[in-house]
Amino acid sequence: MEQVLNLKNAFKSYGKTEVLKDINLKLHKGEVISLLGDNGAGKSTLIKCLSGLESFDKAELTINKNRVNLKKYDIKNARDLGFETVYQESSVGLEQEIYRNIFLGREITNAFGFIDIKKEQEVSMNLLQNFLGLRGVGINPNSNVNSLSGGERQGLAIARAIYFDSKVVILDEPTTALAIKEVNKVLNFIKTLQELQKSCILITHNILHAYEVSNRFIILERGEIKADIKKDDISFDGLQNRLISIQKEHL
Amino acid sequence: MKEKYIYQISIFAILFCTLALFISAVPEVFLQGRIYISYLSIIPFTMILALALTPLIIAKEIDLSFPSVMAVSGYIFSQSYLSFDNTFIAFFLSLAFGFFAGLFNGLIVVKIGVPSIIATIGSQFLFRGLAMILSGGTALSVIEIKETFIAELFTGRWFGFFPAQSFWVIVFAILVWFILFKHKFGNAVLFIGDNIKAARMMGINTDKTRIILFIQMGMISSFSAILLTLEMANWWPTNGEGYLLLVFASIFIGGTSVFGGSGTIFGTFIGAIIIGIIESGIIAMGLDGFYTRFIYGVIILIAVCVHAKMLNKGKL
Repeated sequence: MEQVLNLKNAFKSYGKTEVLKDINLKLHKGEVISLLGDNGAGKSTLIKCLSGLESFDKAELTINKNRVNLKKYDIKNARDLGFETVYQESSVGLEQEIYRNIFLGREITNAFGFIDIKKEQEVSMNLLQNFLGLRGVGINPNSNVNSLSGGERQGLAIARAIYFDSKVVILDEPTTALAIKEVNKVLNFIKTLQELQKSCILITHNILHAYEVSNRFIILERGEIKADIKKDDISFDGLQNRLISIQKEHL
Repeated sequence: MKEKYIYQISIFAILFCTLALFISAVPEVFLQGRIYISYLSIIPFTMILALALTPLIIAKEIDLSFPSVMAVSGYIFSQSYLSFDNTFIAFFLSLAFGFFAGLFNGLIVVKIGVPSIIATIGSQFLFRGLAMILSGGTALSVIEIKETFIAELFTGRWFGFFPAQSFWVIVFAILVWFILFKHKFGNAVLFIGDNIKAARMMGINTDKTRIILFIQMGMISSFSAILLTLEMANWWPTNGEGYLLLVFASIFIGGTSVFGGSGTIFGTFIGAIIIGIIESGIIAMGLDGFYTRFIYGVIILIAVCVHAKMLNKGKL
């Protein structure tokens, strides 16, 4: 399988607290991995560093076989390299129109920076119908995002990744605070991403959701990777027990 | 989207009712052109400030220092005109002060992290104090400035009757509207007010955008002070003081949300007209000037209640 991401010997600390200790992580094309672990295990820090919001103290990062210069690595750089991050609830502007949300930060503009609104609306309509499956329910690219349900809002953020042809989609707790019906929508979006041969890194507290969509599980505990297990090698119960026993060791 | 049109219709209805009231009460004044010419000459000073402040409010920031920026800018404009006898130098020095005043506010808010309401209360005193120190508290008369090209350009009476400032304010309104709703800069402003975290995560340079907003507010404050000086041919140390609440009233009557993330330039435009016509309307009706503030209060409260009611309805 083609490798899209290779992180070697990553370290990060805040003051004296070591949050990431020698993390090694590989991700292949079309693969969905779940980062599991308790609060404070380092999951969020790891994805913040990967998405360019914060920086590793020390690491080697290779994306699509190109070595990344971590000194210059920021959000924009990460996006250019094909990373798209979907944060729980926080990556959309609720009062803004759907098309503005999809193109935020990457507007289709003319030489003077004026937005080609018509074009943006066309692309958005296409994404709404073909990806979010919203046909003829009175929702159009001019609706504000607050008229979408929780799951659809996550879908909107995921749709960005599809349109901009991201290679790696990072999903931070995408199912938290959603109703069951909405959770299923989000899980289906993740499956669609996989069908489109995108790679995903999923962070979640919910092992059930993780088990449903992932190919591989990585268990983090106190900044270290404690286990890296393929789905084929473990049952749901097995995974649950493994997670509990790792957490117990540290109590 | 639909909601926005309802706002705009309702604000227009308020303007229409106010005007209808005045016309029916004093037709001899309000069915003649003179009062409207006088409106065209005075409303632009508040309106241009309100138009410039609207994007800041949308970005969830505020600037309370603009009346004081006006005072200093007006002083610099008048004094350098008197010293150098050159309106262009005066014009650019004055705008340069507006630029730095805005930059100063922006840096305190964005880089040091002081909430803008607090930062600009501070700088409001600072700039007003500066105007007092520079002028020694005395007014300046610049009566000859009326004869200059710049006065004709910005505040002349075109075709013998049309106040030029109202042309410029309309140009500015259109420009702000385009930038806010059709340009990627405006897109950044909307998202900063709506969800600054999302804006940052989507790669918007939120610091730079907000600093630019403060700078444009500073420069437009200077420009408004220049217009005022050209129109009045006079500068006085309390210059600009009366505008603070009128400008905010124009914006909020117009329907821009104090919570950020949404706003309307059309609303601010009409809001400024409503605020602008009330005072002379009341006086023409034969009421005491003392009634002005009371009636401002009534109209502002009606407008904001209507907006709040509609906002809640839209959310259900």
